[in-house]
Amino acid sequence: MMAGVGGGNDFQWCFSQVKGAIDEDVAEADIISTVEFNYSGELLATGDKGGRVVIFQREQESKNRLLSRGEYNVYSTFQSHEPEFDYLKSLEIEEKINKIRWLPQQNAAHFLLSANDKTIKLWKISERDKRAEGYNLKDEDGRLQDQFRITTLRVPVLMPMDLMVEASPRRIFANAHTYHINSISVNSDYETYLSADDLRINLWHLEITDRSFNIVDIKPANMEELTEVITAAECHPHQCNVFVYSSSKGTIRLCDMRAAALCDRHSKFFEEPEDPSSRSFFSEIISSISDVKFSHSGRYMMTRDYLSVKVWDLNMENRPVETYQVHEYLRSKLCSLYENDCIFDKFECCWNGSDSAIMTGSYNNFFRMFDRNTRRDITLEASRENSKPRAILKPRKVCTGGKRKKDEISVDSLDFNKKILHTAWHPKENVIAVAATNNLYIFQDKMN
Amino acid sequence: MSGEVQASTEEQQEMQDTVVSPEKAEEVKLKARYPHLGTRPGGSDLLRKRLQKGQQKYFDSGDYNMAKAKMKNKQLPTAAAEKTEITGDHIPTPQDLPQRKQSLVASKLAF
Repeated sequence: MMAGVGGGNDFQWCFSQVKGAIDEDVAEADIISTVEFNYSGELLATGDKGGRVVIFQREQESKNRLLSRGEYNVYSTFQSHEPEFDYLKSLEIEEKINKIRWLPQQNAAHFLLSANDKTIKLWKISERDKRAEGYNLKDEDGRLQDQFRITTLRVPVLMPMDLMVEASPRRIFANAHTYHINSISVNSDYETYLSADDLRINLWHLEITDRSFNIVDIKPANMEELTEVITAAECHPHQCNVFVYSSSKGTIRLCDMRAAALCDRHSKFFEEPEDPSSRSFFSEIISSISDVKFSHSGRYMMTRDYLSVKVWDLNMENRPVETYQVHEYLRSKLCSLYENDCIFDKFECCWNGSDSAIMTGSYNNFFRMFDRNTRRDITLEASRENSKPRAILKPRKVCTGGKRKKDEISVDSLDFNKKILHTAWHPKENVIAVAATNNLYIFQDKMN
Repeated sequence: MSGEVQASTEEQQEMQDTVVSPEKAEEVKLKARYPHLGTRPGGSDLLRKRLQKGQQKYFDSGDYNMAKAKMKNKQLPTAAAEKTEITGDHIPTPQDLPQRKQSLVASKLAF
């Protein structure tokens, strides 16, 4: 049973777990830069600015305690990317993990793709719980035996050992991006995936690392003529020939790879008409789309711009079917948000498993959920103060002016350094993961 | 008398504009602080800055030594406050360089 937002009497979000250090001084490397559940929801991966990946696994539910649900505990952690230096251009390449995408599970091992600005890596995470003992040619410590000393032969036996989870890089897809990679997306054919940077999108085969196809190139011949960049891209969940990419001008293009090898000409162009009289210096900046996500059904897609989340019906290009205001009160603060660069923050958004609800982050460690059916919305906070086990999260409210009610917070008191840019929703259940700078919060629905 | 009435109508219109569009009011505020903003096409400035994210000019010992030889008695140019602007003439000195990271430590999430 899924869906429901918690805006009303139906569901209630409770604190489940928080991961990460409590110190006030946050090391840059510890800032979480991506969060992603795998297809079953059993695994939850995070990437950080230090290039590290931490994977959590959900514990099997205990049959005795009906109300307790599986907790997520560390399963594996590894250094995915390291800082590099491009000697030719004298540029440092950050190790920060921009995106992690899981591959669907096809055997006992788990596979994920992780990308920094320039390189994508395919990691295999596998378990080892047995080891062979009783070798003929080497002893317990691995030292080689003198073969002439051996008088009998024995068959090594497999003995159980403590579970070891190993992560190994199986493919490294490098040197295909001049600009910074902002998205990766696994195709529904489970054979290919796309990677997008500011100006180009490439299509890879998961087995082939020395080649990729360029499928979108919006680089103008003269860079002075540059007017927009690619901000996000995603493959359609069911149609392996279709993908979309969003731009800094607030538009989305849907492309069909069957139409041409180079998809510079879109099949569909999604743009909401703008009222020219309301245009300001900020209009283009706040219309820039920071994330685009298809619904699980494949019928809709959702885009996040600075102040709102929009749901589009793929069959209607001229305007979104739903628009949700995330923090409209910021519209009268755009000047200071431009000065402190917050206006360029890239928030992500996500669907719940049944596509009935959507979630996105905001400032002050607030995050917002919208129920598409009831049109109810709720603002919740990820904070250590609300972190008693199974404590129900209280809705938060921002006061925009006039008298501030008790428990409300005024716009000027919001902490703009506490940004929730990355959130993830379990594919099947009402479990969510919220990254608050260097801490990962996991919340669960009480009724689950 | 009519002049006064006219003035107050204009004031009312201005108030209306501010009330109707908080965004426009913010734009006015920004332009007041930065009068030269937007005189060059803002879009391409922002986009170029975005494409150059994280790019820095690094220390080149050849350049450094050549510059030192040329300068002789003069002092080397000090680091520009605005590091995002890549200027052709500025030779970075060792003091300009941000510290590269040392050994890699395990993530605190994994504890």
